[in-house]
Amino acid sequence: MSATTGAGTTRYAGARINRVEDARLLSGRGTYVDDISRPGMVHACFVRSPVAHARILSIDVTAAADHPGVVAVYTGTELNAGVHAQWHSSVGPAGPETPRPPLAEEKVRFVGDPVALVVALNRRLAEDAAELVEVEYDELPPVVDYETAESNPILVHEAHGSNLIGSMAGVASEQMADAFAGAAHVVSETIRQQAYVPVPMEGRGLVVDYSPASGEMTIYSATQSPHEVRLFCSRLLDLPEHRIRVVMRDTGGGFGQKIMVQRDEMCIMLAGLLLGVPVKWVEDRQENLLAAGQSRHEHAAVRMAFDSGGRIEAAQIDFVSDCGAYPTPWPVGTAAVVGSLFPGPYRVPRATFTAKAVYTNTVGRSAYRGPWQFETLAREVLLDIAARRLDMDPMELRRRNLLRRDELPYTNANGMPYDRISPMETFEQALEMLDYEAFRAEQARLRTEGRYIGVGLSNYVEPSSPGFGYYATEAATIRIEPSGKVNVYIAGGSTGNSIETTVVQLAADALGARIEDVATIQGDTAVTGFGAGAAGSRSGSMTAGAIRETSAILRARLAAIAAHKLEAAVEDIELADSRAHVRGAPAVSVSLGELAEVAYFDPFSLPPGIPAGLEASARYTSDTRFVWVNATHLCTCEVDVETGGVTILRYIVSEDCGPMINPNVVEGQIAGGVVQGIGGVLLEHLAYDEAGNPMATTFMDYLLPIATDVPIIEYGHVETPSGGPGGYKGVGEGGAIGAPPAVVNAVADALSPFGVDITRLPLGPAQVLGLLGVD
Amino acid sequence: MVPSLPDVPIRVTVNGTVRHSTVEGRLTLADYLREDCRLTGTHLGCEHGVCGACTVLLDGDAVRSCLIFAVQADGAEVTTVEGIGGPDGALGVVQEAWRDCHGLQCGFCTPGFVVTVTAFLRDVPDPTDGQIRDALSGNICRCTGYQGILKAVHQAAGHAVSGPGQP
Ligand code: FES
Ligand code: FES
Repeated sequence: MSATTGAGTTRYAGARINRVEDARLLSGRGTYVDDISRPGMVHACFVRSPVAHARILSIDVTAAADHPGVVAVYTGTELNAGVHAQWHSSVGPAGPETPRPPLAEEKVRFVGDPVALVVALNRRLAEDAAELVEVEYDELPPVVDYETAESNPILVHEAHGSNLIGSMAGVASEQMADAFAGAAHVVSETIRQQAYVPVPMEGRGLVVDYSPASGEMTIYSATQSPHEVRLFCSRLLDLPEHRIRVVMRDTGGGFGQKIMVQRDEMCIMLAGLLLGVPVKWVEDRQENLLAAGQSRHEHAAVRMAFDSGGRIEAAQIDFVSDCGAYPTPWPVGTAAVVGSLFPGPYRVPRATFTAKAVYTNTVGRSAYRGPWQFETLAREVLLDIAARRLDMDPMELRRRNLLRRDELPYTNANGMPYDRISPMETFEQALEMLDYEAFRAEQARLRTEGRYIGVGLSNYVEPSSPGFGYYATEAATIRIEPSGKVNVYIAGGSTGNSIETTVVQLAADALGARIEDVATIQGDTAVTGFGAGAAGSRSGSMTAGAIRETSAILRARLAAIAAHKLEAAVEDIELADSRAHVRGAPAVSVSLGELAEVAYFDPFSLPPGIPAGLEASARYTSDTRFVWVNATHLCTCEVDVETGGVTILRYIVSEDCGPMINPNVVEGQIAGGVVQGIGGVLLEHLAYDEAGNPMATTFMDYLLPIATDVPIIEYGHVETPSGGPGGYKGVGEGGAIGAPPAVVNAVADALSPFGVDITRLPLGPAQVLGLLGVD
Repeated sequence: MVPSLPDVPIRVTVNGTVRHSTVEGRLTLADYLREDCRLTGTHLGCEHGVCGACTVLLDGDAVRSCLIFAVQADGAEVTTVEGIGGPDGALGVVQEAWRDCHGLQCGFCTPGFVVTVTAFLRDVPDPTDGQIRDALSGNICRCTGYQGILKAVHQAAGHAVSGPGQP
């Protein structure tokens, strides 16, 4: 049954292994941040601005401070004085970041801006007292419309001198003029996406437990990156990094929102240091929708030039993103990625972009699964519009332009070096899974009955597992304990990404251990080496690298000890089923436990040169800048032209994520992202009114997909190994990238008899009826 | 500000254990379970009755414990997710199905789904797909896209379920 050898041949990787996280989570024994209770713990509640833009004239905390059970009330004056430095490791100290006072000073800049912090013996008392804080505001006109923000004389941050945070660009647009002037067809549109957000079911939160006597601080945090929380806090408070320990066992989803420390969390760190007793803050849903960040709110003027045969000759995108008042992190780099990826997995000989990020008096931009996904939305929607204008089949138009394997590696016109991808293969596989011709026939037949079904497709190529700077390495420590049981220490931490299971699968294979003999300890900075956390679809590839490097050291030691004990040659030792065997003589073997016993308790019997114990640490350094991943999403839907309702009929994803470590996990990640994308098109809208008031601060107004909204997702798999460890690729973000344009194109295709183009989101029933000219 | 109500003595049977407590009148059942009973498997995803993460059984009925005051549970029997499986840690049928079908990722919504579905399958042992979707429509999951969840309910109902990923 086992094919594992000393080289660690695949045994568990690739299998649909049940998750090791599940038993605790299913029985209510997970440990999320709100489950943490510490002796003497007090609870924090924010006083937040009810207005979008105002000068703070005065803050009166007297009544709140006198309220029973209140421990402290802080305003910016007290709390912000404790800030030493506040920069994120992925950006660096010199990054052009927005100044972020933990509590608002002088001005509030969005509804939800934290103005004061009340700490009390329990959360209810803190909430009561927060209502007693009196803040006098002198209201200013707010900057709400980001499309005009750059020219608006009202400034969100006066010191910045402009509402334009920054911009980046490719080659000058004039240099592209001839490409468009001489083309057989030029298709241009402006495409707009509304704000929608990650909405993890668990909000943000942390418990800060500082002991003044020892100078030690323990932070329990809902985070995707415990090591970054520690680094950030250490700089913020000027505490030595090794005096801070950050622990996260279970985080209730993040999707990008919990990668970076934001202002609210800074406040709790500062208050924890001042108070010297454990302080807890767990945001409620309203705070999450008000203050945890916005994403996706952006638009672009896009154009493509085609020759008479529909071949793309040039592409250009001029992109602007709404970054609210306090974007985290600096948003201009991500905006530029939208520009550079706009050509997608197509043969586009010439391309350029401009990318701008602007301030408004709304909640700050933060990361959401595939933060650059607008490039795919804009490109794929434009391609469908182009197909209609050129009177071509949209799939045929794509087929003529998609990159083929024999053209790889291929550097796109903006300099992105694609390799080891298969866009043509995923595209054809998805169409075949649908039976495209049959669908078109059915569509024609139903139209004669007055029913409107449509098909939409999107292709993308995405950079996963960034291999530079802060993200470029990952460490593992593996201990084969004296009993022979294995523990793998890796930064990780469960945020829904199944990283515990992944680590156990990979380590069991790498050491030839039975999976039940392997456990993993994650999410605790005291015992794991630095790792950048769950971001950039990096966990799979990077942890595979870390485990590969570390287990190689231990395998060599196990083989040496076994060879010595079994009187065989080291090269003849194979590791499988938690035993070392002699090749060709399976009966001659020794268990991991027996080897560990020698290594720990009989060190003088070890072969020469082999150290005692069976522990090793190593750090993997990525050898590629990016691990490229591609996929095709295909959606069919029916539009009810009476009600404007959209029903998704089929949803197909064909992806190339390389070999799968666990197909359940791969499909689960894709499904989650796809449904977030479907929600983003059909339901979700973090809307603001013209005065900058948020209109969706509960789940009554911010509508999320539920079980009655979703199709069964069908998966196709094409496998092109990456150049990274195990050939694995990142799959965490793609679902949310590919889905929105597939859905938009399906709706537009269904409505094509009405001659409509869809260039504005979302597509709720009212908007669909609007497209049809019905009010 | 909510005027404080007098504390109230209550007697609640939680997962088979009788508990006598004195609670603030405005304490929700969810906060009572999480804070007073230290049963933290009941989660709060919205505290306004939409997400279903806080679902518990109150005298057998699936209810949203964020919308009920602890005093309303006086004299009642409450079952939380911690009381669904066996005392030895064995998972119940619904929990097993969730694990087999990858019905959870971060696990935050999971206790609410497990409790909701336990009550649903007791009342509707052989549901149609449409009935299942309707029964789940009061619970929100942000991670799974409901794919594994739908499959898990079918499995727990004894329906033939193909491998994950297959329709
Ligand atoms: S927390 Fe009770 S329904 Fe959401
Ligand atoms: S598993 Fe994360 S919200 Fe459902």
